[in-house]
Amino acid sequence: MSAVVSTGSITLLAADVNVAQNVGFWVIAVPMLWGALRVVTARNVVHAALWLVIVLGGAAAQYILAAAEFVAVSQIMVYIGAVMVLFLFGIMLTRAQVGREDGLNNAGWAIGIPVGLLVFGVLAFAVFDAVGTDLIDDRAGDDKVLVSTTAISDAYLGPYLIPLIALSFVLLVAAIGAIVLARKD
Amino acid sequence: MYAYNFLILAAAMFAIGVFGVIARRNAVTVLMSIELILNSVNINLVAFALMNDTYDGHVFALFVIAIAAAEVGVGLAMVLMIYRNRRSIALDELSELRG
Amino acid sequence: MSVFAAEAVADPGWFLENAWLIPVIPAVAFFGIIFFGKRLPRGGSELGIVSMLASLVIAAGMTLQWISHVDATHGTPVIKQWTWWQSGGLHFQLGQHIDGLAVMALILVAFISTLVQIYSTEYVRGDRRYTHFFAALTLFSAGMLTMVLAPNMVQLILGWEIMGLCSFMLIGHWWEEQANSRAALKAFFTVRVGDMGLLVGTAMLFGIFGTFDIAGINELTAAGDFESKQILMWAAIALFIACIGKSGQFPLHTWLPDAMAGPTPVSSLLHSSTMVVAGVFLVARIYPVFHVGLEINLAGQEFNLIAVIGGITVLVAAALAFVQDDIKKVLAYSTVSQLGYMMMGLGVGAWTAAVFHIFTHAFFKCCLFLCAGSISHTAAHHSFDMKKDMGGIWRKMPVTFATWMISTAALMGIPFFSGFFSKDEIIDSAKHNDYTIFYFVGIIGAFMTAAYMTRATWLTFFGTPRGGAAHFMGVESHDDHGHAAHDAHGDDAHGHDDHGHDDHGDVKHGRPLPFAPSDSPWQLTAPLIILAALAIGSGYLNAPAVGTHWFHHQTESSIGLHEAAGHGEEAAHDEAADHGEETAAHGEEAAHGPEPAEIYTVPPAPEFKWSAAAPGLGLVALGIGLSAFLSKAVFEDRRAPFAGLTRRNKLLGAGHRFLVNKLYLDALYENVIVKAIAHPISKAAYWVNQNIIDGVVNGAGRTGKDVGTWVYRNIDQKLVDGAVNASGTVASETGHALQPVQSGKVNQYGALLFGAAAVGAIVLIITNV
Repeated sequence: MSAVVSTGSITLLAADVNVAQNVGFWVIAVPMLWGALRVVTARNVVHAALWLVIVLGGAAAQYILAAAEFVAVSQIMVYIGAVMVLFLFGIMLTRAQVGREDGLNNAGWAIGIPVGLLVFGVLAFAVFDAVGTDLIDDRAGDDKVLVSTTAISDAYLGPYLIPLIALSFVLLVAAIGAIVLARKD
Repeated sequence: MYAYNFLILAAAMFAIGVFGVIARRNAVTVLMSIELILNSVNINLVAFALMNDTYDGHVFALFVIAIAAAEVGVGLAMVLMIYRNRRSIALDELSELRG
Repeated sequence: MSVFAAEAVADPGWFLENAWLIPVIPAVAFFGIIFFGKRLPRGGSELGIVSMLASLVIAAGMTLQWISHVDATHGTPVIKQWTWWQSGGLHFQLGQHIDGLAVMALILVAFISTLVQIYSTEYVRGDRRYTHFFAALTLFSAGMLTMVLAPNMVQLILGWEIMGLCSFMLIGHWWEEQANSRAALKAFFTVRVGDMGLLVGTAMLFGIFGTFDIAGINELTAAGDFESKQILMWAAIALFIACIGKSGQFPLHTWLPDAMAGPTPVSSLLHSSTMVVAGVFLVARIYPVFHVGLEINLAGQEFNLIAVIGGITVLVAAALAFVQDDIKKVLAYSTVSQLGYMMMGLGVGAWTAAVFHIFTHAFFKCCLFLCAGSISHTAAHHSFDMKKDMGGIWRKMPVTFATWMISTAALMGIPFFSGFFSKDEIIDSAKHNDYTIFYFVGIIGAFMTAAYMTRATWLTFFGTPRGGAAHFMGVESHDDHGHAAHDAHGDDAHGHDDHGHDDHGDVKHGRPLPFAPSDSPWQLTAPLIILAALAIGSGYLNAPAVGTHWFHHQTESSIGLHEAAGHGEEAAHDEAADHGEETAAHGEEAAHGPEPAEIYTVPPAPEFKWSAAAPGLGLVALGIGLSAFLSKAVFEDRRAPFAGLTRRNKLLGAGHRFLVNKLYLDALYENVIVKAIAHPISKAAYWVNQNIIDGVVNGAGRTGKDVGTWVYRNIDQKLVDGAVNASGTVASETGHALQPVQSGKVNQYGALLFGAAAVGAIVLIITNV
């Protein structure tokens, strides 16, 4: 599957930049970033949630671009399908008035800009220091590993078995906890 | 494509998420910013898996998604509880643990 | 005597060697009386008398042994000493120095003390402090005996001071009356003033000779072995000042008449025979010091300090004796006058005469005092006022009268009584040794002595009985006294009444002698008889008139100086200096030839000639006659123009007043000198105490307090507390400053968290790049 989806129809030299992939990436990435910004700057909480949906969708598309189909689908199903619905439920249940402007009324919001910039700067520096202008190898070719659902599930039930079981506990506890917390007594 | 693509994107999303955590007043909005952060982490993981020709990153990313779901569930339950008690989820009003 | 003389020279004999027991026995008895006296049946007097008898026995044995010792060894003193303290190489010793002078004094003191103690058993019978009286009396005897046989100045001073203490205790025996205690204090302080001279003089002697030893001092002085005659002179003057005080010389005589406030036995023992001669004894003991220091007998000398003071004392005291109404005061001034004679004798170089006068004077003066006590006890209702309570009692008190007359004769110097031999020799020596002025002083003094004693005798025994004597004689009193006078004597101006007797009344205790039924009891009269006998007989021990020089022979070794060649058979014994060498070089006059010029000598005693004594005797007779006539005229017949003479004649009246006020010396001493010196000194001392000493103390206290306050305010409050407070403030301010971090706002926590993480990441990058 990956061979068909990821490489597309453009034939390039291994050393060359896959221009299409790059362009496709940026086409997805820009809305994502715009969406992310709107999430944190929207005055309407519902708008912020909707913008978050876009971001999450964009992330799923990026996964597909990165030859991680299973993760992409999981992302869509879980995040957009469940988490965002949950978010909307929460918003609905906790909004005092309809359409009221909350947003950036936090008194100390200004400290966020330098902190954010600092964090971004550090990470960016680290990234460029680590990888510079390296290219990601093309995934075409038989020597690449086959990333399939089978392989991922084998990994879960193999080396990552215990984290899987722990995860199941966490989900159980989270479910019970959410019920307990939200119960009306 | 350049290796730094995914990583810069993830870094930017992380920074925006941080800004959101700090700047936003509504508790749900803060949770959404946290989702941004988690997603940036996921993108990083997947990017590293791509760069290293492995699927361990995917596995980890799936873990993150699951945990994020659980966390949002519990978090929103808490937010609901707080809303019930105080009729407000503005975080700067919820400063009882002030020193 | 031969039993004792059988010993060789090296063995003087038990009594001589253990003569130190003589003062020890009374000292022990003193403690016995103090601790046990009250429980004894006779109140302690048994201990006193027994101890004195024991001392007397030893003294008698010692005298006998000395007599043979002198013959054997030319009068070498028997010296024994024990060291009781030493410091810096200097040994302080106690012991005995027995030579002729010491023997004489020891037997004299022991004998008279014994008689007086027997007398006292009757005289102070029933007294409130009977036991203490005997204790003090015994202690006094111990003290005087200690002084007399002292081999060094320290022991001499010890005995001197013990005597002073006992004198104080005994004069103030009835201290309930303030006059008595004042008299005691006066005696003590006046003598003390003189004692400063004693200490200074002893120190100077030590400085000159390096020793306290009397024998050593005498030897060195006689040999001329000292550096500066000037210093020796000043030492002699200092020591003589002590003698002035103790022996009642002018001007420190004022205490002696006041000392009559004590009981009569005390007056007779201390203040006539024994204690007051301590000063004369001191001069005689270290005679070379005085003789050399004051240049006595130096050719051409007309005056020296000792003779002058003695001479003045003779005349002044005799003058004062004329105006006394109190019989004891007459006798006191007489004592002072006779002490003047003794000093004068020593001052003119008549050592033997002066010492012999001590000897004879002790007997007859003690007898006179005891007679006065007997009269007061029996006839005069315990009063001593001649004019108010005596008179005309000679018939009823024969023993007392006879002994009084004998002793008075001796005192006046009537031939063949003891006083004649001793006093006349002094006067004679004054003339013989070229001290002519003192010759005149002596004979005028003799005249005055005769006169005032005649007056006293008349007032006491003759004439009309008055007051107490009238009661005694059983006649009506012409002056309205009687018992009123008896009571008035409580505050007698003379202040010496022995009203301490618990038994008032005229009942005599004890039995009188069988041949004198109305006289005093035998305890009083027996000593009188003994003493009167000695008043006659003692003179013959050294009577140039009848050719005996026995006393001189016994004591000449004590002079300390060679006697210049001289008289009769005694020339062979002349060379007895203290070391008593018997080498051929000390033969007869030949020894004087090769001796160096610094050897000092005393002149020998003059030969007695009746012609030389005649002027004196004539004056004595004149004194007796004149005084008898005047006494009868003034006191008895009240015959004008003699009676009331001093009242009518202004000049005589002023002179009379001058004498009655004791030459205003007391006023001078107490009001002027004491007030002028003591009061400013005490005020100054008080000022120093309050302002300087207290000021220092208060200042220290204030300073301490100020320092403390300053420290408290500045260091404690500001510095220390400030530091403490500051640390607290720092902590709390830091907390306050950091408090905003804990805002409780999640957004802020988030900011902090991510910011810290970013910083941490930077650090990681930097360290890993």
